[in-house]
Amino acid sequence: MTESSHHENIELLTYSEVIDVKGFVGNFDVTIRMRPRSVDMSRCTGCGDCLTKCPAKVPSEADQGLGTRRAIYKPFSNAVPNVPVIDRDHCIYFTKGKCQICQKVCKAGAINYEQEETIRTEKFGAIIVATGFSLFDISKYGEYGGGRYKDVITGLQLERMIDPNGPTGGRLVRPSDGKPAKSVVFVQCVGSRDEVKGMAYCSKVCCMYTAKQAILLKDHFPETQSYVFYIDIRATGKNYEEFILRAQREYGVVYLRGRVSKIHDPGDKLEVYGADTLAGESVKINADLVVLASAMVPNPDARDLARMLNIPYDSYGFYSEIHPKLQPVESITRGMFIAGACTFPKDIPDSVMMGSAAAAKVCTLFAADELTVEPKLAEVAVDKCVGCFNCVDVCPYDAIQKDTVSGRNVARVIQTLCQGCGNCASTCRSGALDVKGFTDKAIYAQISAPFEADEEEENAYAGA
Amino acid sequence: MLELDAEHVHNLSKRVKELSGDDVTHCIQCGKCSGGCTVAPDMEEIPSRIMRFIQLNMKERALTSSMVWTCSSCLTCTARCPEGIDIAKVMNVLRMMCLAEGYTPKEKHIHVFNRLFIDMIKKYGRVYELGLMVQNNMMAMTPFRDIGLLPAILKKRKIGLLPHKVKALGEVKELFKKGQTFYKRMKVEGWK
Ligand SMILES: Cc1cc2nc3c(=O)[nH]c(=O)nc-3n(C[C@H](O)[C@H](O)[C@H](O)COP(=O)(O)OP(=O)(O)OC[C@H]3O[C@@H](n4cnc5c(N)ncnc54)[C@H](O)[C@@H]3O)c2cc1C
Ligand code: SF4
Ligand code: SF4
Ligand code: SF4
Repeated sequence: MTESSHHENIELLTYSEVIDVKGFVGNFDVTIRMRPRSVDMSRCTGCGDCLTKCPAKVPSEADQGLGTRRAIYKPFSNAVPNVPVIDRDHCIYFTKGKCQICQKVCKAGAINYEQEETIRTEKFGAIIVATGFSLFDISKYGEYGGGRYKDVITGLQLERMIDPNGPTGGRLVRPSDGKPAKSVVFVQCVGSRDEVKGMAYCSKVCCMYTAKQAILLKDHFPETQSYVFYIDIRATGKNYEEFILRAQREYGVVYLRGRVSKIHDPGDKLEVYGADTLAGESVKINADLVVLASAMVPNPDARDLARMLNIPYDSYGFYSEIHPKLQPVESITRGMFIAGACTFPKDIPDSVMMGSAAAAKVCTLFAADELTVEPKLAEVAVDKCVGCFNCVDVCPYDAIQKDTVSGRNVARVIQTLCQGCGNCASTCRSGALDVKGFTDKAIYAQISAPFEADEEEENAYAGA
Repeated sequence: MLELDAEHVHNLSKRVKELSGDDVTHCIQCGKCSGGCTVAPDMEEIPSRIMRFIQLNMKERALTSSMVWTCSSCLTCTARCPEGIDIAKVMNVLRMMCLAEGYTPKEKHIHVFNRLFIDMIKKYGRVYELGLMVQNNMMAMTPFRDIGLLPAILKKRKIGLLPHKVKALGEVKELFKKGQTFYKRMKVEGWK
């Protein structure tokens, strides 16, 4: 991130959001809302004085609620840029009208409460969507006490806990009382591979990160014993299977083949009830901490974003590629590429691979002097078009624009966007739209040909 | 219900490793041992499950299973295990632990037969078949079992009337002594 923030050809627009996209490949008009940071980026030195003095404390999003941040904050320690932002919803000055402590402590005079939102629209040639994923809400698993039991956490929360810069300073503790956690139970596939409460799919990364976490725990805190409840282990990457075996053999992580059925909190230790189907035995473990590998799911706003960008998504909300094998990073909208976990759960190597592929596709696109398109494009017979614009509504690629020719409203097809699906041709009531090579006339001729042949044959028989 | 705790969960696998040299935690539960086992089709527990019992410190289940005694030491499993575990040897160790730790062998007759067999080897350096048959029948309280076969077997000289000792009995005894030292070193209490 730091590297890209310094790159001469990269402009990072942080604390910003794409709110509208118009146009087509090579000519996207992108409207960006740049939210007011309330800190002057050009003045802030990143000293961090304000971060410790701000009296307003808020649960930290980056630390998954395990710690707090201030109202003026940096999302995490090595965030780029190294400039804080004021969360106006929680800032005492913005909510109650007084405080301004940060302004007083900032030696650089960078605090600016007056900053306003700015909207900018710019042209871009291509767009890569890499908006990532969210986690399945574990509170749907009442039997695990998810959300109710403090010592039942998600894998991401554990990830934060074992970070030396994290909310516990890298200590492995029970969130309920801050005491060290010694017996840790991991539960795999929470919300994944569950057609009743969660998603039918496998989240793909949790088997591996669970093994990683169990190994790390043993490394950092040798007195911990980890148990992993699993349905089956999905370790299909390079050196992945060996990694799982190391967790089991070198680090003594006990793998139990079964799904946890219930977690009970009698007061001190959590009681975890599951089974090991390999031994054919039900199992009970007293645990200090239970870590749920919650499923990777699409972001809550994934569908809205997709509709704005005009990229299709599957029934879960993951973005769809044109072809899963041959065009995995291209969306059906020309010039719009998709990469990473917004397309489906995947790990970092796979996400990086997709990101690199998408970037290379963009380079190829930009390197060409001319765009090549498929010849089967829709075409408007301007003399027949009555300007009802039904076609505009049915085109899934937004390839039809309203135009005027000699004062008449007519439809116009943008050739770079049209994919020749033919929706418009079958919708047009005045027969003004046709797909080249698939005109109504040609199709009718094909349909009637066999019947004409029959007639000829019949005549031939009649004559005989 | 099996209760697992950090203090004990690895106990049995560690002990089995001490005694057999085999690390059963390496078993991936593929079931290949069970699939080829000559006796498993008639057993409640199959060899791979016995390995699982060891992994999860389910001592009683492992030591009191029939499988441990019916194992014929044919070594089919050992020859095929993809993790190189000597399952037959592990079975042997389990039999030993069963006796040493005072569990009742699930298959008493097999245990009795094994005992007599070993005692005989100790004494003669080889089997004294007739003696083994008679003693085994007595212990099983079926003194006349298979008695009808005796004349034919004797006539065909399949077995001898009197016991024979091997020449190098001293060496055999030496082997037993080595065994005893091993058990002592490994602190297999109660094992004779
Ligand atoms: C607990 C846990 C542990 C893991 N451990 C590992 C591991 O050890 N190794 C490994 O390989 N993988 C691991 N993974 C998987 C890894 O997190 C993902 O593969 C990776 O984060 C996917 O990268 P991404 O860039 O596609 O998405 P993300 O990392 O989710 O990044 C997407 C980014 O887009 C931003 N964004 C979203 N919407 C918008 C918007 N509308 N406008 C602007 N920005 C937006 C988000 O804020 C975010 O910064 C783990 C996952 C979890 C849950
Ligand atoms: S990766 Fe493993 S833990 Fe995650 S859903 Fe798939 S099988 Fe379950
Ligand atoms: S040695 Fe024992 S466990 Fe192994 S295959 Fe033979 S009978 Fe079965
Ligand atoms: S063959 Fe080996 S690895 Fe497979 S179940 Fe038997 S002991 Fe385990």
